[in-house]
Amino acid sequence: MIKFFLMVNKQGQTRLSRYYEHVEINKRAILEAEVIKNCLSRSKDECSFIEYKDFKLVYRQYAALFIVVGIDQTENEMAVYELIHNFVEVLDKYFSRVIMFNLDRVHIILDEMVLNGCIVETNRNRILAPLFVLDKVAEG
Amino acid sequence: MALTVVSQIFPREMIPAVLPLIEDKLQHSKEIIRRKAVQALYKFYLIAPNQVQHIHDKFRKALCDRDAGVMAASLHIYLQMIKENSSGYKDLTGSFVTILKQVVGGKLSADFNYHSVPAPWLQIQLLRILGLLGKDDPRTSELMYDVLDESLRRAEINHNITYAILFECVQTIYTIYPKSELLEKAAKCIGKFVLSPKINLKYLGLKALTYVIQQDPNLALQHQMTIIECLDHPDPIIKRETLELLYRITNGQNVIVIVQKMLDYLKESKEEYAIINLVGKIAELAEKYAPSNEWFIQTMNAVFSVGGDVVHSDIPNNFLRLLAEGFDDGKEDYQLRMYAVQSYLALLEEEDKLYPQKFLQVMSWVLGEYFSLVTDVDPEVILIKLHSLLKKTFVTSETKAWIMAAVTKIASHTSCSKTVDELIQEFSSSLDTCLRQYAFELKHLCEDKALMKSLLPFDASCNDLVVDASLSFLDGFVAEGLGHGAAPYKPHHQRQEEKLSQEKALNFEPYGLSFASSVSSSGVTGRQSPTGLSFGSDTSGNSPEMGHKEANTLKLEGVRKLWGKEGYLPKKENKVGKGNEPEAAPCGSLSAGQVGEPPALQPDQGASLSEEDKEKQQLASTLFVGLGSSAGVSLMGKADTATQKFKRKSKINETQQLNEEASDFQNSAASDFGPLLDTVPINMEDSEGSTHRSLRKASPCSSDIVEDNLAFETPQSLRKSVLDDRLSANRLSQSSLFADSNIEIFQPSPSAQCDSASEIPLVPSLSEELEELPHSEVVGLCQSDALALHLCKVWRDDSLLLIIFVSNKTTSALHAVNLVFEETEHFQILESATSQFPVIEAESVEHCQKCVRMIKVCTQAILPGSVGYQSEMETRLQFSVTLSLMDFIRPMEMTTEDFGKLWLSLSNDVKQNIKMSSCQDSLSAALDTLQQKLKLHRVDIIGNEGILACQLLPSVPCLLHCRTHSGLLALWFRSPCAALPDGLLYQCQKVMEES
Repeated sequence: MIKFFLMVNKQGQTRLSRYYEHVEINKRAILEAEVIKNCLSRSKDECSFIEYKDFKLVYRQYAALFIVVGIDQTENEMAVYELIHNFVEVLDKYFSRVIMFNLDRVHIILDEMVLNGCIVETNRNRILAPLFVLDKVAEG
Repeated sequence: MALTVVSQIFPREMIPAVLPLIEDKLQHSKEIIRRKAVQALYKFYLIAPNQVQHIHDKFRKALCDRDAGVMAASLHIYLQMIKENSSGYKDLTGSFVTILKQVVGGKLSADFNYHSVPAPWLQIQLLRILGLLGKDDPRTSELMYDVLDESLRRAEINHNITYAILFECVQTIYTIYPKSELLEKAAKCIGKFVLSPKINLKYLGLKALTYVIQQDPNLALQHQMTIIECLDHPDPIIKRETLELLYRITNGQNVIVIVQKMLDYLKESKEEYAIINLVGKIAELAEKYAPSNEWFIQTMNAVFSVGGDVVHSDIPNNFLRLLAEGFDDGKEDYQLRMYAVQSYLALLEEEDKLYPQKFLQVMSWVLGEYFSLVTDVDPEVILIKLHSLLKKTFVTSETKAWIMAAVTKIASHTSCSKTVDELIQEFSSSLDTCLRQYAFELKHLCEDKALMKSLLPFDASCNDLVVDASLSFLDGFVAEGLGHGAAPYKPHHQRQEEKLSQEKALNFEPYGLSFASSVSSSGVTGRQSPTGLSFGSDTSGNSPEMGHKEANTLKLEGVRKLWGKEGYLPKKENKVGKGNEPEAAPCGSLSAGQVGEPPALQPDQGASLSEEDKEKQQLASTLFVGLGSSAGVSLMGKADTATQKFKRKSKINETQQLNEEASDFQNSAASDFGPLLDTVPINMEDSEGSTHRSLRKASPCSSDIVEDNLAFETPQSLRKSVLDDRLSANRLSQSSLFADSNIEIFQPSPSAQCDSASEIPLVPSLSEELEELPHSEVVGLCQSDALALHLCKVWRDDSLLLIIFVSNKTTSALHAVNLVFEETEHFQILESATSQFPVIEAESVEHCQKCVRMIKVCTQAILPGSVGYQSEMETRLQFSVTLSLMDFIRPMEMTTEDFGKLWLSLSNDVKQNIKMSSCQDSLSAALDTLQQKLKLHRVDIIGNEGILACQLLPSVPCLLHCRTHSGLLALWFRSPCAALPDGLLYQCQKVMEES
């Protein structure tokens, strides 16, 4: 099961966070800080999975952006690793430019893909379908 | 959009209101709507599984949806449900296999592909479900072999996501009932992973290997060099994973090296969580496999000093218990303890070194308890050391208390010591009340040596302390006090009441009252140990101040004696593990010669090895030594648990437990030994031998079973000849089982012999008195060639009775038939869950009855059980009884007034509208249906409203209020139990739909 999904930049600022398990607000900040520190401290040739407390972190770096996913012991690390990439591909397809000004859309995309800690949709066209409908409504 | 929101956040209470809407959406023409509806249902299932029970068939429909997305969404629900109860969904295995086949075969449209792999996450999900379904179930697993093979074959494209699928495949293959071809392929896959230069794959490979190694330790041998490399990998995560792997393959021979590696890692590691985890593992390994006393103590020392104060408190506790209880062998004990004392003295030798508090506590306890074992060291020296520790500032007051306790113990065995006097002087004026307390205590003890000896006998930590809770020995003291005019003791609440009443009036005697209570309450608070108490009253005289102090003393005394009190608890595993150690050694050394060495000594390798490689090779041979026999070792482990269990069970259970263990053991032997059989037959026998030896040791009273077993041993010429040898050698209770572990060689065929037992229709019937009560049909539960089980439910007014008929179908008597129901969270069996029939005569029927109660409400659940009997070998049959909520619901008679009162007092309610069919349009007709089918009691009908009442046995009421309007029946339940209305609502819906 996926426990949380974080997007962080290289300076350690959280861009997006989504929790699938209740974590207290003030604990989130601490958790994020530690997770980021853990990920940033690792070099490129080290493996992308980190054991942290009683769960695991899977992270992937895209230029200045880190995406970190917290999972429990039962999840398949590699599958999640590729999920991140799939997510990024979807973002790529939808946004042609910088995404950070359209965070709401990113949230929608993420919610289409991951629900209650489960991977529910990975088909790119289907993930984007509701968004396109929304856009049409906005234009019309 | 609304559906998306529903599936993300939704309050539990609103489900009944929204559920029909969402159910409608399941039939929507757009696939996306259907998919979202299923997702919303999944959310409902997560938060309130009870409320969506009635639409399980809709999930099935979703699974067969023509759109893949909808189907995929329903898989989440199934994964969850199968996780909770895999046996209920075995019939769906075929569907899942077909789906996976289609997905793997690329039948999905191309936009599901991810990097040209068809719906990889869907595949992973399906594989997981299959793994859960096929676990320990050969028949279900049979269905999957093909598709798993196919998946393995297809996933050969070089991409990360295919590796993810492969990993899942491997895991599934090793979870389900094994098939050798697949295992081979999976092992190859793992090899690819581990050898991959990509670090992520390597990690995955190690993880897979860790998982697999529990089933097949030989695989580790193939990859030993890679594992060694990973052990020195610069990435700490890889290292940690490797250690995890090593932890699984540890045995008596490689424990030293592995623990050393772990300690090395521990020293580098900083993260608290990792340390706690690892320290626990090291301590476990050290206790289980310690090859020598010295090593054990040293390892534990390292654990304590590195682990510091974050170690789990179980570790020092277990360690001390182990030391205190010792082993069967007195000499071993002595050595172990002596070595511990010596090593601690050496450690304390180094001045100014900081040790963690927990370590200091362990040290002081050991020194206090066993200082006299070391004869060449003057107790005075120890005292001086402890004294200097006490003065250090970093020592917490808890640790100081431990140290003081040790000082007291040592002082009791030495004549007057200068250090002790000094210590008393110093701490009598200490600001720490606890220390001061101890100092005073020590002073008084020093003045009265005889008392001290009786209070602190040497090596008494294991003796039980008998606690006299009634404090009868204080009676004299109390009587004396009363004689002197003290007020009698009153309990606290009474005093308070009196105080209140006295406050109103004038208080004439304030001091007398408080004085008396302080004395007597001190007596009450200090219930710890009678010896302590008597000593307290001896030395402290009668003044109230000292009396107060006495209470404190006693408490502390209690703290220190904690070990003593726990000493009589069931002996721990570590001890047993130790006891087996000598037996493990010979079998291990044998295998070391056979399995451990060959890979290390491959001739062509040896020639071209560099220095470094040689070192690694050496490390490898030490690490993997004895691995070949680790099947034997793991069996030893099993035997350990068996022996451990025996000690806790009563004698009757013991034999039965043994039977269970035996059948377990049988299974594992069959599967574990399968692959090993050709390669290391000698080992196997050896380890088997030792296991059995330990079993025999543990269960001397099972020898009567031996007799039984022998009596029933049918002469199968081949088997018997082998058996005889072995029987004469070890005369074991598991003789029949023994033969079974050779399953590859002789196929024992019980069925062949029992064929002669004809199919006599032994349909039992109820006794007359029970016949009159409402009861179900007599249905068959399970049967074998020898025995059949029938069940009849009898719905008594006050309970549900399960009548179980055990019929013997053979022409000879069956012995030692026992019937056991397993414990489940839903049901409770009153009285005992087992029944024993010493003998069931040929072709006759015995019966037993069990009174069952539902303790956790559910609409339907399974009560599993098993029946075991002795024929030519131990046999156990599994069966399960399905019990529904309605079995436990009885009408509840009450008046309308009572109903009103009760209604208001109940808090949990559930409302729901259900459609009424045309034939039952009137309220009374509807209520009649409910009354007849659900055994509800009709209390009253007023206009278009009706009230009903029932109870869940033994006495949980549930009230129902019904109202009709425009073809709808509005049901409103109230009950003190939250889950009961949900369950009843479901039943009502079902009944109304049926009629």
